[in-house]
Amino acid sequence: MRRSRGSNTPRSRSFNTPSPAETALRYLLLLFVLLLVVGPFLWQLSTSLKGPTEDVWSATPHFLPDHPTVDNYLKVADTIPVWTYAANSLVVAGIAIFGNVVGCTLAGYALAKLRFRGVRLVFGLLLATLVLPGEATVVSQYVTVRSLGLADTLTGVALPGALSMLNVLLMRTAFAAVPPELEQAALVDGANVRQRLWHIGLPNVRGMLSVIVIFTFIGAWDDFLWPLIVLNDPQKYTLTVGLQYLNGTFSANPRLIAAGTMIAFLPIVVVFAVCQRFFFKGVEEGAVKG
Amino acid sequence: MTHRRWFTPWLLAGPALIWLAVFNLWPAANTVILSFTNAKPLGGGRFTGLDNYQRAFSDDQLADALLNSVIYLLICLPLLTVLPLLLALLVQRRLPGITFFRTAFYTPVVASAVVVALIWGWALNDRGLINGVLRQTGLADSPVPFLTDRWLLLLSAIALTTWKGLGYYMVIYLSALANVGRELHEAAAVDGAGALRRFLHVTLPGVRPTMVLVSVLISVSSLRVFSELYVLSNGTGGPGGRDMSVVMLIQMYSRGFTGHLGYASALSLLLFLITLGPMLLLTRLNRKAA
Repeated sequence: MRRSRGSNTPRSRSFNTPSPAETALRYLLLLFVLLLVVGPFLWQLSTSLKGPTEDVWSATPHFLPDHPTVDNYLKVADTIPVWTYAANSLVVAGIAIFGNVVGCTLAGYALAKLRFRGVRLVFGLLLATLVLPGEATVVSQYVTVRSLGLADTLTGVALPGALSMLNVLLMRTAFAAVPPELEQAALVDGANVRQRLWHIGLPNVRGMLSVIVIFTFIGAWDDFLWPLIVLNDPQKYTLTVGLQYLNGTFSANPRLIAAGTMIAFLPIVVVFAVCQRFFFKGVEEGAVKG
Repeated sequence: MTHRRWFTPWLLAGPALIWLAVFNLWPAANTVILSFTNAKPLGGGRFTGLDNYQRAFSDDQLADALLNSVIYLLICLPLLTVLPLLLALLVQRRLPGITFFRTAFYTPVVASAVVVALIWGWALNDRGLINGVLRQTGLADSPVPFLTDRWLLLLSAIALTTWKGLGYYMVIYLSALANVGRELHEAAAVDGAGALRRFLHVTLPGVRPTMVLVSVLISVSSLRVFSELYVLSNGTGGPGGRDMSVVMLIQMYSRGFTGHLGYASALSLLLFLITLGPMLLLTRLNRKAA
Protein backbone atom coordinates (compact mmCIF):
# COMPACT_ATOMS: atom_id res chain seq x y z
CA MET A 1 0.00 0.00 0.00
CA ARG A 2 1.06 3.55 -0.42
CA ARG A 3 0.39 4.36 3.21
CA SER A 4 4.16 4.23 3.37
CA ARG A 5 6.73 5.26 5.91
CA GLY A 6 7.48 8.23 3.66
CA SER A 7 4.64 10.50 4.73
CA ASN A 8 5.48 11.27 8.31
CA THR A 9 3.45 14.36 8.98
CA PRO A 10 1.80 14.10 12.40
CA ARG A 11 -1.68 14.18 10.91
CA SER A 12 -1.13 11.30 8.53
CA ARG A 13 0.41 9.29 11.31
CA SER A 14 -2.60 9.72 13.53
CA PHE A 15 -4.79 8.86 10.56
CA ASN A 16 -2.69 5.81 9.90
CA THR A 17 -2.39 4.38 13.34
CA PRO A 18 -5.45 2.36 14.21
CA SER A 19 -6.67 2.15 17.78
CA PRO A 20 -5.66 -1.00 19.68
CA ALA A 21 -9.28 -2.13 19.62
CA GLU A 22 -9.44 -1.80 15.85
CA THR A 23 -6.16 -3.66 15.44
CA ALA A 24 -7.41 -6.47 17.65
CA LEU A 25 -10.65 -6.70 15.69
CA ARG A 26 -8.73 -6.79 12.43
CA TYR A 27 -6.52 -9.63 13.61
CA LEU A 28 -9.55 -11.51 14.86
CA LEU A 29 -11.19 -11.22 11.45
CA LEU A 30 -7.94 -12.14 9.70
CA LEU A 31 -7.62 -15.28 11.79
CA PHE A 32 -11.24 -16.20 11.13
CA VAL A 33 -10.77 -15.94 7.37
CA LEU A 34 -7.47 -17.79 7.67
CA LEU A 35 -9.22 -20.69 9.36
CA LEU A 36 -11.88 -20.73 6.66
CA VAL A 37 -9.42 -20.58 3.78
CA VAL A 38 -6.43 -22.61 4.94
CA GLY A 39 -8.23 -24.91 7.38
CA PRO A 40 -9.43 -27.42 4.75
CA PHE A 41 -5.90 -27.81 3.36
CA LEU A 42 -4.38 -28.34 6.82
CA TRP A 43 -7.08 -30.81 7.69
CA GLN A 44 -6.34 -32.75 4.49
CA LEU A 45 -2.63 -32.67 5.30
CA SER A 46 -3.37 -34.04 8.75
CA THR A 47 -5.57 -36.79 7.32
CA SER A 48 -2.83 -37.81 4.92
CA LEU A 49 -0.54 -38.39 7.92
CA LYS A 50 -2.99 -40.44 9.97
CA GLY A 51 -2.45 -44.14 10.49
CA PRO A 52 -4.97 -46.86 9.59
CA THR A 53 -6.16 -47.20 13.19
CA GLU A 54 -7.16 -43.58 13.50
CA ASP A 55 -10.73 -42.58 12.76
CA VAL A 56 -10.82 -40.02 9.96
CA TRP A 57 -14.61 -39.98 9.63
CA SER A 58 -15.83 -39.07 13.10
CA ALA A 59 -17.66 -35.84 13.60
CA THR A 60 -15.10 -34.49 16.01
CA PRO A 61 -11.91 -35.65 14.38
CA HIS A 62 -8.60 -35.16 16.07
CA PHE A 63 -6.98 -32.39 14.20
CA LEU A 64 -3.48 -33.66 14.83
CA PRO A 65 -2.64 -37.25 13.95
CA ASP A 66 -2.01 -39.40 17.03
CA HIS A 67 0.51 -41.57 15.23
CA PRO A 68 1.87 -39.51 12.33
CA THR A 69 3.01 -41.71 9.46
CA VAL A 70 4.08 -41.27 5.85
CA ASP A 71 2.72 -44.72 5.00
CA ASN A 72 -0.16 -43.27 3.01
CA TYR A 73 2.26 -41.54 0.65
CA LEU A 74 3.94 -44.86 -0.03
CA LYS A 75 0.68 -46.76 -0.28
CA VAL A 76 -0.95 -44.36 -2.72
CA ALA A 77 1.88 -45.26 -5.11
CA ASP A 78 0.78 -48.90 -4.93
CA THR A 79 -2.73 -47.94 -6.00
CA ILE A 80 -1.94 -45.47 -8.77
CA PRO A 81 1.48 -44.61 -10.24
CA VAL A 82 1.37 -41.26 -8.49
CA TRP A 83 5.06 -40.43 -8.93
CA THR A 84 4.82 -41.14 -12.66
CA TYR A 85 1.86 -38.77 -12.74
CA ALA A 86 3.86 -36.12 -10.90
CA ALA A 87 6.71 -36.59 -13.39
CA ASN A 88 4.22 -36.30 -16.27
CA SER A 89 2.86 -33.05 -14.86
CA LEU A 90 6.40 -31.81 -14.46
CA VAL A 91 7.22 -32.63 -18.10
CA VAL A 92 4.14 -30.76 -19.30
CA ALA A 93 4.93 -27.77 -17.07
CA GLY A 94 8.58 -27.82 -18.19
CA ILE A 95 7.68 -27.70 -21.88
CA ALA A 96 5.16 -24.92 -21.23
CA ILE A 97 7.66 -22.81 -19.27
CA PHE A 98 10.42 -23.25 -21.85
CA GLY A 99 8.13 -22.38 -24.75
CA ASN A 100 6.61 -19.37 -23.07
CA VAL A 101 9.89 -17.92 -21.83
CA VAL A 102 11.65 -18.22 -25.19
CA GLY A 103 8.77 -17.69 -27.60
CA CYS A 104 7.07 -14.84 -25.76
CA THR A 105 10.33 -13.01 -25.09
CA LEU A 106 11.35 -13.06 -28.74
CA ALA A 107 7.91 -12.13 -30.07
CA GLY A 108 7.28 -9.54 -27.35
CA TYR A 109 10.56 -7.84 -28.18
CA ALA A 110 9.86 -7.81 -31.91
CA LEU A 111 6.38 -6.37 -31.39
CA ALA A 112 7.52 -3.71 -28.94
CA LYS A 113 10.86 -2.61 -30.34
CA LEU A 114 11.15 -3.44 -34.04
CA ARG A 115 9.22 -1.72 -36.77
CA PHE A 116 7.90 -3.96 -39.52
CA ARG A 117 4.96 -4.21 -41.88
CA GLY A 118 2.01 -6.05 -40.44
CA VAL A 119 2.90 -5.40 -36.81
CA ARG A 120 -0.48 -3.83 -36.15
CA LEU A 121 -2.36 -6.71 -37.76
CA VAL A 122 -0.44 -9.20 -35.62
CA PHE A 123 -1.15 -7.15 -32.51
CA GLY A 124 -4.86 -7.01 -33.35
CA LEU A 125 -5.04 -10.76 -33.89
CA LEU A 126 -3.28 -11.38 -30.58
CA LEU A 127 -5.81 -9.20 -28.78
CA ALA A 128 -8.69 -10.96 -30.53
CA THR A 129 -7.59 -14.34 -29.19
CA LEU A 130 -8.17 -13.09 -25.64
CA VAL A 131 -11.97 -13.06 -25.96
CA LEU A 132 -11.95 -16.72 -26.91
CA PRO A 133 -12.46 -18.88 -23.82
CA GLY A 134 -10.08 -21.85 -23.85
CA GLU A 135 -12.99 -24.21 -23.14
CA ALA A 136 -14.65 -23.19 -26.40
CA THR A 137 -11.75 -24.45 -28.49
CA VAL A 138 -10.77 -27.67 -26.70
CA VAL A 139 -12.66 -29.78 -29.23
CA SER A 140 -11.04 -28.38 -32.36
CA GLN A 141 -7.75 -28.12 -30.45
CA TYR A 142 -8.06 -31.86 -29.87
CA VAL A 143 -8.74 -32.44 -33.57
CA THR A 144 -5.59 -30.45 -34.42
CA VAL A 145 -3.44 -32.33 -31.92
CA ARG A 146 -4.82 -35.63 -33.17
CA SER A 147 -4.04 -34.80 -36.79
CA LEU A 148 -0.48 -33.97 -35.70
CA GLY A 149 -0.31 -37.54 -34.38
CA LEU A 150 -0.04 -36.33 -30.80
CA ALA A 151 -3.30 -37.61 -29.30
CA ASP A 152 -2.69 -39.46 -26.02
CA THR A 153 0.83 -38.03 -25.62
CA LEU A 154 2.27 -35.59 -23.10
CA THR A 155 3.62 -33.49 -25.97
CA GLY A 156 0.05 -33.16 -27.16
CA VAL A 157 -0.99 -31.96 -23.72
CA ALA A 158 1.84 -29.43 -23.51
CA LEU A 159 1.99 -28.08 -27.06
CA PRO A 160 -1.05 -25.77 -27.38
CA GLY A 161 -0.18 -23.92 -24.15
CA ALA A 162 3.55 -23.82 -24.87
CA LEU A 163 3.26 -20.31 -26.28
CA SER A 164 0.41 -18.30 -24.86
CA MET A 165 -0.82 -15.24 -26.70
CA LEU A 166 -1.58 -13.48 -23.43
CA ASN A 167 2.06 -13.89 -22.40
CA VAL A 168 3.25 -12.48 -25.74
CA LEU A 169 1.15 -9.39 -25.04
CA LEU A 170 2.49 -9.16 -21.47
CA MET A 171 6.09 -9.34 -22.70
CA ARG A 172 5.33 -6.75 -25.35
CA THR A 173 4.06 -4.41 -22.63
CA ALA A 174 7.16 -5.09 -20.51
CA PHE A 175 9.56 -4.38 -23.37
CA ALA A 176 7.63 -1.28 -24.39
CA ALA A 177 8.23 0.14 -20.89
CA VAL A 178 12.03 -0.04 -21.33
CA PRO A 179 13.21 3.53 -22.10
CA PRO A 180 14.17 3.82 -25.78
CA GLU A 181 17.22 5.96 -24.85
CA LEU A 182 18.94 2.85 -23.50
CA GLU A 183 18.68 1.12 -26.85
CA GLN A 184 19.58 4.20 -28.82
CA ALA A 185 22.87 4.40 -26.92
CA ALA A 186 23.59 0.77 -27.70
CA LEU A 187 22.64 1.34 -31.33
CA VAL A 188 25.20 4.13 -31.57
CA ASP A 189 27.76 1.67 -30.29
CA GLY A 190 26.81 -0.63 -33.15
CA ALA A 191 24.90 -3.26 -31.18
CA ASN A 192 22.74 -5.56 -33.28
CA VAL A 193 19.26 -6.85 -32.43
CA ARG A 194 20.50 -9.92 -30.61
CA GLN A 195 22.90 -7.90 -28.43
CA ARG A 196 20.25 -5.28 -27.65
CA LEU A 197 17.69 -7.89 -26.71
CA TRP A 198 20.15 -9.83 -24.56
CA HIS A 199 22.00 -6.99 -22.81
CA ILE A 200 19.40 -4.22 -22.61
CA GLY A 201 15.96 -5.72 -23.07
CA LEU A 202 16.12 -8.86 -20.94
CA PRO A 203 17.63 -7.37 -17.76
CA ASN A 204 14.75 -4.89 -17.71
CA VAL A 205 11.91 -7.38 -18.04
CA ARG A 206 12.98 -9.96 -15.48
CA GLY A 207 10.05 -9.12 -13.22
CA MET A 208 7.47 -9.86 -15.89
CA LEU A 209 9.35 -12.95 -16.95
CA SER A 210 9.29 -14.38 -13.44
CA VAL A 211 5.54 -13.74 -13.17
CA ILE A 212 5.06 -15.58 -16.47
CA VAL A 213 7.17 -18.51 -15.25
CA ILE A 214 5.20 -18.81 -11.99
CA PHE A 215 1.79 -18.65 -13.60
CA THR A 216 2.72 -20.91 -16.49
CA PHE A 217 3.86 -23.51 -13.97
CA ILE A 218 0.70 -23.17 -11.89
CA GLY A 219 -1.53 -23.22 -14.97
CA ALA A 220 0.09 -26.32 -16.46
CA TRP A 221 0.29 -28.18 -13.15
CA ASP A 222 -3.34 -27.46 -12.23
CA ASP A 223 -4.93 -27.96 -15.65
CA PHE A 224 -7.61 -30.66 -15.78
CA LEU A 225 -10.00 -30.35 -18.73
CA TRP A 226 -7.39 -30.40 -21.50
CA PRO A 227 -5.30 -33.39 -20.32
CA LEU A 228 -8.56 -35.19 -19.55
CA ILE A 229 -9.54 -34.85 -23.21
CA VAL A 230 -6.15 -35.63 -24.76
CA LEU A 231 -5.04 -38.58 -22.61
CA ASN A 232 -6.47 -42.11 -22.63
CA ASP A 233 -3.63 -44.27 -21.36
CA PRO A 234 -3.67 -44.29 -17.51
CA GLN A 235 0.14 -44.49 -17.54
CA LYS A 236 0.31 -41.07 -19.18
CA TYR A 237 -2.09 -39.22 -16.90
CA THR A 238 -1.04 -35.96 -15.33
CA LEU A 239 -1.55 -35.54 -11.58
CA THR A 240 -4.96 -33.88 -11.73
CA VAL A 241 -6.40 -36.50 -14.08
CA GLY A 242 -4.77 -39.26 -12.06
CA LEU A 243 -6.26 -37.95 -8.82
CA GLN A 244 -9.75 -37.89 -10.24
CA TYR A 245 -9.12 -41.45 -11.46
CA LEU A 246 -8.03 -42.45 -7.94
CA ASN A 247 -11.11 -40.82 -6.48
CA GLY A 248 -13.38 -42.64 -8.89
CA THR A 249 -11.83 -46.02 -8.37
CA PHE A 250 -10.83 -46.26 -4.73
CA SER A 251 -12.93 -43.77 -2.85
CA ALA A 252 -12.91 -46.06 0.19
CA ASN A 253 -9.70 -44.84 1.79
CA PRO A 254 -9.69 -41.08 2.32
CA ARG A 255 -6.14 -41.22 3.74
CA LEU A 256 -4.78 -42.26 0.34
CA ILE A 257 -6.76 -39.61 -1.50
CA ALA A 258 -5.55 -37.07 1.03
CA ALA A 259 -1.95 -38.11 0.39
CA GLY A 260 -2.55 -37.84 -3.36
CA THR A 261 -4.04 -34.36 -3.12
CA MET A 262 -1.11 -33.23 -1.00
CA ILE A 263 1.36 -34.48 -3.62
CA ALA A 264 -0.48 -32.28 -6.12
CA PHE A 265 -0.94 -29.35 -3.76
CA LEU A 266 2.34 -28.94 -1.87
CA PRO A 267 4.64 -28.17 -4.85
CA ILE A 268 2.29 -25.38 -5.91
CA VAL A 269 2.26 -23.90 -2.42
CA VAL A 270 6.05 -24.02 -2.18
CA VAL A 271 6.49 -22.39 -5.59
CA PHE A 272 3.95 -19.70 -4.78
CA ALA A 273 5.28 -19.04 -1.27
CA VAL A 274 8.82 -18.62 -2.61
CA CYS A 275 7.75 -16.36 -5.48
CA GLN A 276 4.88 -14.42 -3.89
CA ARG A 277 6.94 -11.25 -3.37
CA PHE A 278 7.25 -10.77 -7.16
CA PHE A 279 3.53 -11.12 -7.42
CA PHE A 280 2.42 -8.89 -4.55
CA LYS A 281 4.98 -6.22 -5.46
CA GLY A 282 3.14 -5.76 -8.73
CA VAL A 283 -0.17 -5.69 -6.87
CA GLU A 284 0.99 -2.96 -4.49
CA GLU A 285 2.07 -0.82 -7.38
CA GLY A 286 -1.45 -1.12 -8.72
CA ALA A 287 -0.17 -3.05 -11.71
CA VAL A 288 -2.56 -5.98 -11.68
CA LYS A 289 -5.66 -4.91 -13.50
CA GLY A 290 -7.16 -8.35 -13.94
CA MET B 1 14.54 0.55 -33.70
CA THR B 2 16.49 -0.45 -36.75
CA HIS B 3 17.48 -3.88 -37.77
CA ARG B 4 19.75 -4.80 -40.64
CA ARG B 5 17.84 -7.67 -42.21
CA TRP B 6 14.18 -7.25 -43.15
CA PHE B 7 13.24 -10.69 -41.86
CA THR B 8 14.67 -10.28 -38.35
CA PRO B 9 11.31 -9.31 -36.78
CA TRP B 10 9.58 -12.20 -38.53
CA LEU B 11 12.25 -14.56 -37.27
CA LEU B 12 11.73 -13.40 -33.69
CA ALA B 13 7.95 -13.41 -33.89
CA GLY B 14 7.95 -16.60 -35.96
CA PRO B 15 7.22 -19.19 -33.26
CA ALA B 16 4.49 -17.01 -31.77
CA LEU B 17 2.92 -16.54 -35.21
CA ILE B 18 2.92 -20.28 -35.81
CA TRP B 19 1.21 -20.83 -32.45
CA LEU B 20 -1.21 -18.01 -33.19
CA ALA B 21 -2.19 -19.67 -36.46
CA VAL B 22 -2.13 -23.35 -35.48
CA PHE B 23 -3.41 -23.24 -31.90
CA ASN B 24 -5.60 -20.12 -31.86
CA LEU B 25 -6.93 -18.93 -35.21
CA TRP B 26 -7.31 -22.33 -36.89
CA PRO B 27 -9.12 -23.97 -33.93
CA ALA B 28 -11.50 -21.01 -33.79
CA ALA B 29 -12.31 -21.38 -37.49
CA ASN B 30 -12.36 -25.15 -37.30
CA THR B 31 -14.89 -25.07 -34.46
CA VAL B 32 -17.33 -23.37 -36.81
CA ILE B 33 -16.56 -25.84 -39.63
CA LEU B 34 -16.83 -28.91 -37.38
CA SER B 35 -20.13 -27.75 -35.97
CA PHE B 36 -21.71 -28.42 -39.38
CA THR B 37 -20.38 -32.00 -39.56
CA ASN B 38 -20.94 -35.32 -37.81
CA ALA B 39 -17.24 -35.76 -36.90
CA LYS B 40 -16.67 -38.45 -34.26
CA PRO B 41 -13.65 -39.01 -32.02
CA LEU B 42 -12.97 -42.14 -34.08
CA GLY B 43 -13.35 -40.69 -37.56
CA GLY B 44 -16.26 -39.49 -39.65
CA GLY B 45 -16.88 -35.88 -40.58
CA ARG B 46 -19.54 -35.61 -43.25
CA PHE B 47 -21.27 -32.27 -43.76
CA THR B 48 -24.66 -32.46 -42.07
CA GLY B 49 -25.89 -28.90 -42.30
CA LEU B 50 -27.73 -27.56 -39.29
CA ASP B 51 -28.34 -30.98 -37.71
CA ASN B 52 -26.18 -30.24 -34.66
CA TYR B 53 -27.95 -26.97 -34.00
CA GLN B 54 -31.36 -28.61 -34.33
CA ARG B 55 -30.22 -31.26 -31.90
CA ALA B 56 -29.10 -28.57 -29.46
CA PHE B 57 -32.56 -27.01 -29.50
CA SER B 58 -34.20 -30.19 -28.31
CA ASP B 59 -31.44 -31.29 -25.92
CA ASP B 60 -32.87 -31.45 -22.40
CA GLN B 61 -29.43 -31.88 -20.88
CA LEU B 62 -28.29 -28.66 -22.54
CA ALA B 63 -31.37 -26.88 -21.19
CA ASP B 64 -30.44 -28.12 -17.71
CA ALA B 65 -26.83 -27.01 -18.22
CA LEU B 66 -27.93 -23.53 -19.27
CA LEU B 67 -30.26 -23.28 -16.28
CA ASN B 68 -27.38 -24.36 -14.04
CA SER B 69 -25.20 -21.64 -15.57
CA VAL B 70 -27.83 -19.00 -14.88
CA ILE B 71 -28.16 -20.12 -11.25
CA TYR B 72 -24.38 -20.23 -10.93
CA LEU B 73 -24.13 -16.69 -12.23
CA LEU B 74 -26.96 -15.30 -10.11
CA ILE B 75 -25.39 -16.58 -6.89
CA CYS B 76 -21.70 -16.12 -7.65
CA LEU B 77 -22.05 -12.62 -9.03
CA PRO B 78 -23.18 -10.78 -5.87
CA LEU B 79 -21.06 -12.92 -3.52
CA LEU B 80 -17.82 -12.61 -5.45
CA THR B 81 -18.31 -8.93 -6.23
CA VAL B 82 -18.78 -7.94 -2.57
CA LEU B 83 -16.89 -10.42 -0.34
CA PRO B 84 -13.46 -10.01 -2.00
CA LEU B 85 -13.78 -6.22 -1.72
CA LEU B 86 -14.35 -6.53 2.03
CA LEU B 87 -11.44 -8.95 2.21
CA ALA B 88 -9.22 -6.51 0.32
CA LEU B 89 -10.13 -3.74 2.77
CA LEU B 90 -9.20 -6.11 5.60
CA VAL B 91 -5.73 -6.93 4.26
CA GLN B 92 -5.05 -3.47 2.84
CA ARG B 93 -3.71 -1.98 6.04
CA ARG B 94 -0.07 -2.77 6.67
CA LEU B 95 -0.24 -4.64 9.95
CA PRO B 96 2.65 -6.88 11.03
CA GLY B 97 2.32 -10.25 9.28
CA ILE B 98 -0.12 -8.97 6.67
CA THR B 99 1.95 -10.44 3.81
CA PHE B 100 1.45 -13.87 5.34
CA PHE B 101 -2.31 -13.38 5.45
CA ARG B 102 -2.44 -12.10 1.87
CA THR B 103 -0.44 -15.05 0.61
CA ALA B 104 -2.51 -17.51 2.64
CA PHE B 105 -5.78 -16.07 1.33
CA TYR B 106 -4.51 -16.60 -2.20
CA THR B 107 -3.66 -20.33 -1.74
CA PRO B 108 -7.07 -21.66 -2.88
CA VAL B 109 -6.53 -19.75 -6.13
CA VAL B 110 -3.23 -21.42 -6.96
CA ALA B 111 -4.45 -24.86 -5.90
CA SER B 112 -5.89 -27.00 -8.67
CA ALA B 113 -9.68 -27.08 -8.82
CA VAL B 114 -9.37 -30.87 -8.71
CA VAL B 115 -7.50 -30.77 -5.39
CA VAL B 116 -9.98 -28.31 -3.93
CA ALA B 117 -12.98 -30.30 -5.15
CA LEU B 118 -11.57 -33.54 -3.75
CA ILE B 119 -11.09 -31.95 -0.33
CA TRP B 120 -14.58 -30.45 -0.28
CA GLY B 121 -16.11 -33.55 -1.81
CA TRP B 122 -14.83 -35.51 1.15
CA ALA B 123 -16.03 -32.92 3.66
CA LEU B 124 -19.51 -32.88 2.06
CA ASN B 125 -19.77 -36.66 1.84
CA ASP B 126 -22.58 -38.46 3.70
CA ARG B 127 -20.09 -39.51 6.36
CA GLY B 128 -17.95 -36.39 5.98
CA LEU B 129 -17.02 -33.67 8.42
CA ILE B 130 -19.86 -31.28 7.60
CA ASN B 131 -22.57 -33.91 7.96
CA GLY B 132 -20.89 -35.09 11.15
CA VAL B 133 -21.01 -31.62 12.64
CA LEU B 134 -24.62 -31.16 11.53
CA ARG B 135 -25.61 -34.40 13.23
CA GLN B 136 -23.69 -33.70 16.43
CA THR B 137 -25.21 -30.28 16.81
CA GLY B 138 -28.63 -31.78 16.13
CA LEU B 139 -29.23 -29.67 13.04
CA ALA B 140 -29.83 -32.76 10.92
CA ASP B 141 -31.03 -36.25 11.84
CA SER B 142 -30.00 -37.96 8.65
CA PRO B 143 -27.08 -37.07 6.37
CA VAL B 144 -27.75 -34.09 4.10
CA PRO B 145 -27.26 -35.33 0.49
CA PHE B 146 -24.90 -32.54 -0.55
CA LEU B 147 -23.43 -34.58 -3.40
CA THR B 148 -26.38 -36.70 -4.49
CA ASP B 149 -29.24 -34.22 -4.66
CA ARG B 150 -29.70 -32.38 -7.94
CA TRP B 151 -29.92 -28.90 -6.37
CA LEU B 152 -27.65 -29.40 -3.37
CA LEU B 153 -24.86 -30.63 -5.63
CA LEU B 154 -25.16 -27.50 -7.74
CA LEU B 155 -25.14 -25.31 -4.62
CA SER B 156 -22.11 -27.19 -3.26
CA ALA B 157 -20.23 -26.51 -6.50
CA ILE B 158 -21.24 -22.86 -6.34
CA ALA B 159 -19.98 -22.61 -2.75
CA LEU B 160 -16.72 -24.19 -3.82
CA THR B 161 -16.25 -21.81 -6.75
CA THR B 162 -16.97 -18.86 -4.47
CA TRP B 163 -14.54 -20.08 -1.83
CA LYS B 164 -11.82 -20.67 -4.43
CA GLY B 165 -12.38 -17.30 -6.11
CA LEU B 166 -12.23 -15.05 -3.03
CA GLY B 167 -8.46 -14.57 -3.12
CA TYR B 168 -8.34 -13.97 -6.86
CA TYR B 169 -10.75 -11.04 -6.83
CA MET B 170 -9.31 -9.81 -3.52
CA VAL B 171 -5.99 -9.22 -5.27
CA ILE B 172 -7.66 -7.34 -8.12
CA TYR B 173 -9.44 -5.10 -5.58
CA LEU B 174 -6.24 -4.67 -3.59
CA SER B 175 -4.56 -3.37 -6.70
CA ALA B 176 -7.45 -0.99 -7.34
CA LEU B 177 -7.49 0.26 -3.75
CA ALA B 178 -3.82 1.15 -4.07
CA ASN B 179 -4.90 3.64 -6.71
CA VAL B 180 -7.73 5.22 -4.71
CA GLY B 181 -6.49 8.59 -3.52
CA ARG B 182 -5.35 8.52 0.09
CA GLU B 183 -5.64 12.27 0.25
CA LEU B 184 -9.37 12.04 -0.36
CA HIS B 185 -9.68 9.64 2.55
CA GLU B 186 -7.77 11.94 4.85
CA ALA B 187 -9.72 14.96 3.78
CA ALA B 188 -12.98 13.15 4.45
CA ALA B 189 -11.69 12.00 7.83
CA VAL B 190 -10.72 15.54 8.77
CA ASP B 191 -14.20 16.67 7.80
CA GLY B 192 -15.51 14.21 10.34
CA ALA B 193 -16.73 11.45 8.05
CA GLY B 194 -16.94 8.10 9.82
CA ALA B 195 -15.54 4.87 8.47
CA LEU B 196 -18.83 3.82 6.89
CA ARG B 197 -19.37 7.15 5.16
CA ARG B 198 -15.78 7.19 3.93
CA PHE B 199 -16.34 3.69 2.51
CA LEU B 200 -19.57 4.72 0.77
CA HIS B 201 -18.41 8.07 -0.56
CA VAL B 202 -14.69 7.63 -1.17
CA THR B 203 -13.76 3.98 -1.50
CA LEU B 204 -16.81 2.74 -3.37
CA PRO B 205 -16.76 5.36 -6.15
CA GLY B 206 -13.00 4.82 -6.42
CA VAL B 207 -13.30 1.09 -7.08
CA ARG B 208 -16.49 1.21 -9.15
CA PRO B 209 -14.72 0.59 -12.49
CA THR B 210 -12.97 -2.38 -10.91
CA MET B 211 -16.29 -3.70 -9.62
CA VAL B 212 -17.62 -3.64 -13.16
CA LEU B 213 -14.56 -5.47 -14.44
CA VAL B 214 -14.74 -8.02 -11.61
CA SER B 215 -18.41 -8.74 -12.22
CA VAL B 216 -17.71 -9.34 -15.91
CA LEU B 217 -14.86 -11.70 -15.02
CA ILE B 218 -17.15 -13.55 -12.59
CA SER B 219 -19.92 -13.82 -15.17
CA VAL B 220 -17.61 -15.24 -17.81
CA SER B 221 -15.96 -17.69 -15.42
CA SER B 222 -19.25 -18.96 -14.01
CA LEU B 223 -20.27 -19.82 -17.57
CA ARG B 224 -16.99 -21.73 -17.99
CA VAL B 225 -17.28 -23.90 -14.87
CA PHE B 226 -16.07 -27.45 -15.29
CA SER B 227 -13.74 -29.07 -12.74
CA GLU B 228 -15.83 -28.41 -9.63
CA LEU B 229 -18.96 -30.04 -11.04
CA TYR B 230 -17.00 -32.84 -12.68
CA VAL B 231 -15.07 -33.87 -9.57
CA LEU B 232 -17.89 -33.37 -7.04
CA SER B 233 -20.17 -35.57 -9.16
CA ASN B 234 -17.32 -37.97 -9.96
CA GLY B 235 -17.74 -37.31 -13.67
CA THR B 236 -21.38 -38.35 -13.73
CA GLY B 237 -22.97 -34.91 -13.72
CA GLY B 238 -25.10 -35.71 -10.70
CA PRO B 239 -28.41 -37.58 -10.53
CA GLY B 240 -29.66 -38.16 -14.07
CA GLY B 241 -26.75 -36.10 -15.41
CA ARG B 242 -28.70 -32.96 -14.64
CA ASP B 243 -25.85 -31.16 -12.84
CA MET B 244 -23.77 -30.52 -15.90
CA SER B 245 -22.33 -27.29 -17.21
CA VAL B 246 -22.01 -26.52 -20.91
CA VAL B 247 -18.28 -27.26 -20.67
CA MET B 248 -19.02 -30.63 -19.09
CA LEU B 249 -21.25 -31.48 -22.05
CA ILE B 250 -18.48 -30.42 -24.42
CA GLN B 251 -16.06 -32.71 -22.61
CA MET B 252 -18.55 -35.57 -22.59
CA TYR B 253 -19.13 -35.38 -26.34
CA SER B 254 -15.43 -35.08 -27.18
CA ARG B 255 -14.51 -38.56 -25.99
CA GLY B 256 -15.08 -42.23 -26.55
CA PHE B 257 -17.45 -44.27 -28.66
CA THR B 258 -20.48 -42.17 -27.87
CA GLY B 259 -18.59 -38.96 -28.61
CA HIS B 260 -19.70 -36.48 -31.25
CA LEU B 261 -17.11 -33.83 -32.09
CA GLY B 262 -19.50 -32.05 -34.43
CA TYR B 263 -22.10 -31.59 -31.72
CA ALA B 264 -19.40 -30.68 -29.18
CA SER B 265 -18.24 -27.97 -31.59
CA ALA B 266 -21.74 -26.57 -31.91
CA LEU B 267 -21.88 -26.41 -28.10
CA SER B 268 -18.46 -24.71 -28.07
CA LEU B 269 -19.71 -22.05 -30.43
CA LEU B 270 -22.74 -21.57 -28.21
CA LEU B 271 -20.47 -21.24 -25.16
CA PHE B 272 -18.39 -18.62 -26.96
CA LEU B 273 -21.46 -16.60 -27.90
CA ILE B 274 -22.77 -16.68 -24.32
CA THR B 275 -19.47 -15.50 -22.84
CA LEU B 276 -19.37 -12.72 -25.41
CA GLY B 277 -22.41 -11.13 -23.74
CA PRO B 278 -20.72 -9.97 -20.52
CA MET B 279 -17.64 -8.84 -22.44
CA LEU B 280 -19.63 -6.70 -24.85
CA LEU B 281 -21.44 -5.21 -21.86
CA LEU B 282 -18.06 -4.29 -20.38
CA THR B 283 -16.83 -2.48 -23.50
CA ARG B 284 -20.17 -0.68 -23.69
CA LEU B 285 -19.90 0.45 -20.05
CA ASN B 286 -16.25 1.46 -20.47
CA ARG B 287 -17.09 3.56 -23.50
CA LYS B 288 -19.86 5.26 -21.58
CA ALA B 289 -17.50 6.01 -18.69
CA ALA B 290 -14.92 7.46 -21.06
